[in-house]
Amino acid sequence: MLAFLIRRLLQAVPTVLAVVLVVFVLFSVVPGSIMSSMDGDGRGATDAQVMERMRKQLGLDDPIYVRFGAYISKLAMGDLGTSFRTREPVTSMLAKRMWPTLQLIFAAMTFAILIGVPLGFIAALRPGSLADTLSMVVAVSGLSMAKFWLGLLLMYLFALKLGWLPSFGYGDGGLKYLLLPAVTLGVSPMALLARTTRAAVLEIMTADFVRTARSKGMSETRVVKWHVMRNALVIILTAIGLQFGALMGQAVVVEKLFSWPGIGSLLVDSVLQRDIPTVQGSIFVVVLFFLAINMAIDLLYGVIDPRIRYS
Amino acid sequence: MTSPPLIEVENLRIDLADRSGRVAAAEGVSFRIDRGETFGLVGESGCGKSITALALIGLLRHPLSIGAGTIRFDGRELQNLSAAEQRALRGNRIAMIFQEPMTALNPVSPVGRQIAEMFVLHKGKDWSEANRLAVEALADVRVPAPERRVKDYPHQLSGGMRQRVMIAIALACSPDLLIADEPTTALDVTVQAEIIELMRNLCAERGTAILMISHDLGLVANVCRRVAVMYAGRIVEERGSADIFRAGAHPYTRGLVDSLPRLGSRAALGRTRLTEIAGVVPAIADFPDGCRFNPRCRLATDICRTTAPEITPLDAGGLVRCHHHA
Repeated sequence: MLAFLIRRLLQAVPTVLAVVLVVFVLFSVVPGSIMSSMDGDGRGATDAQVMERMRKQLGLDDPIYVRFGAYISKLAMGDLGTSFRTREPVTSMLAKRMWPTLQLIFAAMTFAILIGVPLGFIAALRPGSLADTLSMVVAVSGLSMAKFWLGLLLMYLFALKLGWLPSFGYGDGGLKYLLLPAVTLGVSPMALLARTTRAAVLEIMTADFVRTARSKGMSETRVVKWHVMRNALVIILTAIGLQFGALMGQAVVVEKLFSWPGIGSLLVDSVLQRDIPTVQGSIFVVVLFFLAINMAIDLLYGVIDPRIRYS
Repeated sequence: MTSPPLIEVENLRIDLADRSGRVAAAEGVSFRIDRGETFGLVGESGCGKSITALALIGLLRHPLSIGAGTIRFDGRELQNLSAAEQRALRGNRIAMIFQEPMTALNPVSPVGRQIAEMFVLHKGKDWSEANRLAVEALADVRVPAPERRVKDYPHQLSGGMRQRVMIAIALACSPDLLIADEPTTALDVTVQAEIIELMRNLCAERGTAILMISHDLGLVANVCRRVAVMYAGRIVEERGSADIFRAGAHPYTRGLVDSLPRLGSRAALGRTRLTEIAGVVPAIADFPDGCRFNPRCRLATDICRTTAPEITPLDAGGLVRCHHHA
């Protein structure tokens, strides 16, 4: 287990380095910088001398490999640089934003798992029934709805019409504020999980060992509980892992929509302001999160499927 | 004929539903097995032997279903039992071993647990007691170090070991009937002999009757007292196993026997070709009229192409379904 963990951690290093390199190069070659945005994009809003001094100060005149070298050596010490905008260390900005994003993502995933997996099971156990059709209608609509639109609908209904929940903002960070953004974010992974679960269970129900279980004289409920569930879990877990990654990206839209003070909205704002260190830092954190989730899923595989543990 | 048979199948028809309606995948299947008896069902792939077995244990699933006929187990008609009553028989009094020990066991559950389930389901044991009994059951099928092996997962065992686990599961509740559907087809030849021997001995100890299903006539005749040969969904001949080798009455049976290689035949007869049965087994939807074997039969005459032969008793004992039987 420990050897596996160490191997996985070492494997993650090149991935992280590659991502850092790509992000760094990409934001160095795209047109526009903090300078041009301060300059009113060429309308000469700022004094030329001030601009020159700032450029020196931020190190924007150095060749790209010098800047990358400096970035990497600072990164190795856990320093993600200083925001161009706020002059705050990027790490402390991210630290403030991390918790709301994690809250949002885990709440959305919890919603997706609690609704999606049972829905998929119900559909698979009675294929072709009304329950199957209904749950798949829910799943397909959940997949097809744009998040910003669904979010607006929920806001309209629960905040404006019914007045049960606040329409946006983080407030005290309580469940009341979390609910709408989490559901908005959770609907599409919920739909995907429902479909994946249904497909997985349907496939496992035709397996030989299910026939063996039936030949033992088990009720269908027991067959599912004792033999189908754990096997389906292996497949469902893969889907959950993939969805976590996707959620990190989708959170950007939802955070923006609900003015949720997370990494996603920080990322969008920083891109608009060409605050390159903050953009790089945010993406770095997202990538780390993604890798951590993948690793956790890999470890969980080993717990569920003995074939992975030993081979 | 004094005691009632353990299981009696009468005129069983198994329907296969497809888009165009229903076709009979097996029909007119009748046989009986006495307590402790060994009975073999032989035929090529797709002749209906496996689905007959599934019908006996009540595991036919859509698109297959019982179309007609009766299955009486211990005097009770299986079709009249409720789902719960059927489940109480299944595994407990009728057990089944499947062909593929690779896939027939749950890959993510320890084998001991898969055996222990039987005691929980049918003997009202709690898990700790059931687990203890599972160790004994594994010892019964001659698995070395059973107290360690119960914790193993199927992928950690060899094919032969897995089939032993399957036998342990099937015989856990000392059933009255064991259905063995090609139990050794997926195994090495040397392991085959061990598994068959084990199965026979354990069943003999428990007084368990065996219904052995195989395409291997030699194997079945070796294990079973009586053998029925199936072709294209019908039983074409039923005999004592010695008779079937010596003097098969149905042309198909003779074809099967003749197509077996014989030890020493080269010394006696010189280099000869193995005999084969010309043609192939028809698909279920294209079963020919009359006798279903007629397109491949050397003895076929007009009546064979129009009228299906009835099952008729032979003077020497046994039954045959042929207009021209020997």
